[in-house]
Amino acid sequence: MSTEREDQALLSVHDLAVSYHGRHGAVAALRGVSLELRARECLGVVGESGCGKTQLLHAVMGLCSGGAQLQGSVRYRGRELLGAPPATLAALRGRRLALVFQDPLSALNPYLRIGTQLCEGARRQLGLTRRDAGRRASALLDTVQIEQPALRLRQYPHELSGGMRQRVMIAMALMCDPEVLLLDEPTTALDVTVQAQVLAVLRELRARTGMAMIFVTHDLSVLAAIADRVAVMYAGRVVELAPAAQLYAAPRHPYTAGLLHSMPRLDAPLYERLPAIPGQPPRPGDDTVGCAFAPRCPLVHARCALMPALRAANDLAVGDAWVACHVDGPPQRLREIWT
Amino acid sequence: MPRYVLRRLLSAIPTLLLIATLAFALLHLTPGGPFDSERSLVPQIQHAIEARYHLDEPVWRQYLRYLSDLARGDLGPSFQYRDTSVNQIIALGLPIDLAVGGCAIGFALLVGGAIGLLAASRPGTCRDRVPMTLSMLGMSVPTFVVAPLLILVFAMRLHWLPAGDWVGGSWRHLLLPALALALPYTAFIARLVRASALEVMGSAYIRTARAKGLGPMAVLLRHALRPTLMPLVSYLGPALAGVLTGSIVIEQVFGLPGIGRFFITGALNRDYTLVMGLTLLYGALIILCNLLVDLCYAWLDPRVRLAQ
Amino acid sequence: MSAAATMAGSWRQFWQRFNARRSTTVALWTLALIVAATLLVPVFSPYDYSTPAWTRIFTAPTWRGGQLFGTDALGRDLLVRVMWGCRISLLVGLVASLVSVVIGVLWGATAGYLGGRSDALLMRAVDVLYSVPFIPLVIVLNVLFGRHLLLVFAGIGAVSWLDIARIVRGQTLAIRNREYIDAARALGVRAPAMIRRHVIPNLLGIVIVYATLTVPAVILFEALLSFLGLGVQAPLASLGSLVAEGASEMQANPYLLIIPALLLSLIVLCLNHLGDRLRDALDPHEH
Repeated sequence: MSTEREDQALLSVHDLAVSYHGRHGAVAALRGVSLELRARECLGVVGESGCGKTQLLHAVMGLCSGGAQLQGSVRYRGRELLGAPPATLAALRGRRLALVFQDPLSALNPYLRIGTQLCEGARRQLGLTRRDAGRRASALLDTVQIEQPALRLRQYPHELSGGMRQRVMIAMALMCDPEVLLLDEPTTALDVTVQAQVLAVLRELRARTGMAMIFVTHDLSVLAAIADRVAVMYAGRVVELAPAAQLYAAPRHPYTAGLLHSMPRLDAPLYERLPAIPGQPPRPGDDTVGCAFAPRCPLVHARCALMPALRAANDLAVGDAWVACHVDGPPQRLREIWT
Repeated sequence: MPRYVLRRLLSAIPTLLLIATLAFALLHLTPGGPFDSERSLVPQIQHAIEARYHLDEPVWRQYLRYLSDLARGDLGPSFQYRDTSVNQIIALGLPIDLAVGGCAIGFALLVGGAIGLLAASRPGTCRDRVPMTLSMLGMSVPTFVVAPLLILVFAMRLHWLPAGDWVGGSWRHLLLPALALALPYTAFIARLVRASALEVMGSAYIRTARAKGLGPMAVLLRHALRPTLMPLVSYLGPALAGVLTGSIVIEQVFGLPGIGRFFITGALNRDYTLVMGLTLLYGALIILCNLLVDLCYAWLDPRVRLAQ
Repeated sequence: MSAAATMAGSWRQFWQRFNARRSTTVALWTLALIVAATLLVPVFSPYDYSTPAWTRIFTAPTWRGGQLFGTDALGRDLLVRVMWGCRISLLVGLVASLVSVVIGVLWGATAGYLGGRSDALLMRAVDVLYSVPFIPLVIVLNVLFGRHLLLVFAGIGAVSWLDIARIVRGQTLAIRNREYIDAARALGVRAPAMIRRHVIPNLLGIVIVYATLTVPAVILFEALLSFLGLGVQAPLASLGSLVAEGASEMQANPYLLIIPALLLSLIVLCLNHLGDRLRDALDPHEH
């Protein structure tokens, strides 16, 4: 990745690989991911289930399950996080790097009140008293547009609706004013109106505090509303990384083009069948030689038997785009290959 | 909550009624009466005795009489031990059963829980495999096998603890019985706690707690402890019931003067009131234990608590 | 892939998971050995289980004359008596478990399948029966009814079906509510085919597991009754009554206690272990 930018990067991930020891050998969840998060930006990460996006967030925070083996490098402000002593990581978690988990029902402890769970991070990391922490929690619940904060603080997770729980998770992540906010599918379990609300809250937070975010989702349409740059992941690797506008207008990787094409549009002519990318993504246990997308790619040719590296897109006009594909040359109208 | 308790207590009544009826029917339907094994009596005296104990009345009337006595809390006189009422026998023997049972459960909870937590802290290693194999053993060897073996080792060969001969009685006499009784429950609780701890530690909310930067102690005590112990609370119901009925065997082997011993001799000698009274006592204790356990569970789990 | 092939495939997987650890093989072989001995030894031994031999009382275990386990207070060969005891234990285990499984499955499946009021009623009965102190009642039963062996079976079977009923009911409910049942119904599959293709295979696994776990519990219960003098009657021997006899002589002749105790524990241990492994194989937790 570009070195002259590294001092600007808040979080820089280099060749991160995560594998688990399974019954029949090693299972690779991440196979060498490199990307960086710059100050004040929102980086979107998109991909199908099983592509490793959740593992990426967990690995950054050092929260992978016990049997995980990690390789590569994760640096926060230049400090290496992989292999750092637990005390160092604990000091950073919540305080500088905060993670909003995917399923708020299982991610919240059913036996503790919302108030307890909200305040304990701040009380430990910032040394707040119970009253101060409570006040701060109330204020944050207000920010995420939850009504009657005082009542909610005394309630238990199962007494709240799904949308409220998700917003509580966001408030919980914000308690210590972190610099980096990692969000794992924060809108997936919500219906569209609540989704819009949550996105609005996040946008406003960014505008006000300048927090940097990594927003993981499988839904490209959500990222269009919030991301500055977008990374597309497939089978444990990043296959394309570009500024959002450019990615949507002129994708460079066949997979990205396929994803965009498969989003149904209101302004398109009536479909006979819903557009989809044929085939299945490889499961985490499957080891493929060469490009993982080759079996499903309409542009596949002989060179694809070799794993394509993430390289700068050969385009003079745009500086900051990366793609991992053997298809070279000026961007064709890639979308058409899917029609 | 009080309404729930009341409802449970009320629904216990039909169960107790069922138990009483079952026991009554069984005893009265079988051949042989309580005084048959005595030396053959002159018919007049036999009639007099039977009249005194209302055995000459029709069965249904005896049944109703028994129920009305029951409502007053009177379990009737013992047929074997004249001039002693069943209530008195229970009062004499129950404290010992409660003492032994209480010790056994306490031991099982503490030791079993500790072993389970230890095993869960390093799953797959020796610290895990060895206790789990031993616990499988502990659950498979029955109490009536363990008890004599314990006596053989600790009382007869090593002379550390008394074997029986409860005369005057001291706490020392309770140790071996409590240990023998506790063993299978200790083993099961160890497995239960281990499985529960492993499941809790792998759950999403523990990961959330760590993501907030909480220290390991806070994660364990505030987030993990209660969910881990919940299955243990549920198990307490059947465990208490088992300890209660298991004491029957223990008393036999160790010669303890508890109520279990009276149960068998009572059944053998057709001591109707004693057997029925003890059966009802067991039933009532089991129902009470289950109720307490359910209340405990509801108090600990907010999802259940608020559903009422 | 055809339905039969998928079934065969999953059975193979199941068997692989089951057999994964060495301890399972050991347990299976131990049980097989015991069963074989149980069947063959009394047939080929010159001694029988009830004839006393007053000149040979309390002889310790020895190779001489094939009296591997020695003799008891009446000079009867302990090996043969123990083998008879094993026979009784295993027989009771099988028969009583069968009885309790049949009752439990019928009760639970009916409750789960019918749902609603009938389900509530049936399960209420189970709840009430749970509170009844069965061990005392079965003791009473056995004392009063002259201790026929069949009654022992019946009493034990009557005690153990409650757990299975609950499990089967829960499982039936879960199956009934699964989407593929709705899908099958929407596609026009009729009830008998549905039961055959969907309900029974899913129930089978869990019933087998719990049946395997019921057997040792039942064996222990029978041993308990015999220990108390209420089960099998002299001169027939059950492992429980042998333990009782051994306990009364344990100061001078500990082998009389240790040998039947060991065998009983071994049988129960193997069965518990196998049941445990079956359950893991059916429902693997990937750590």
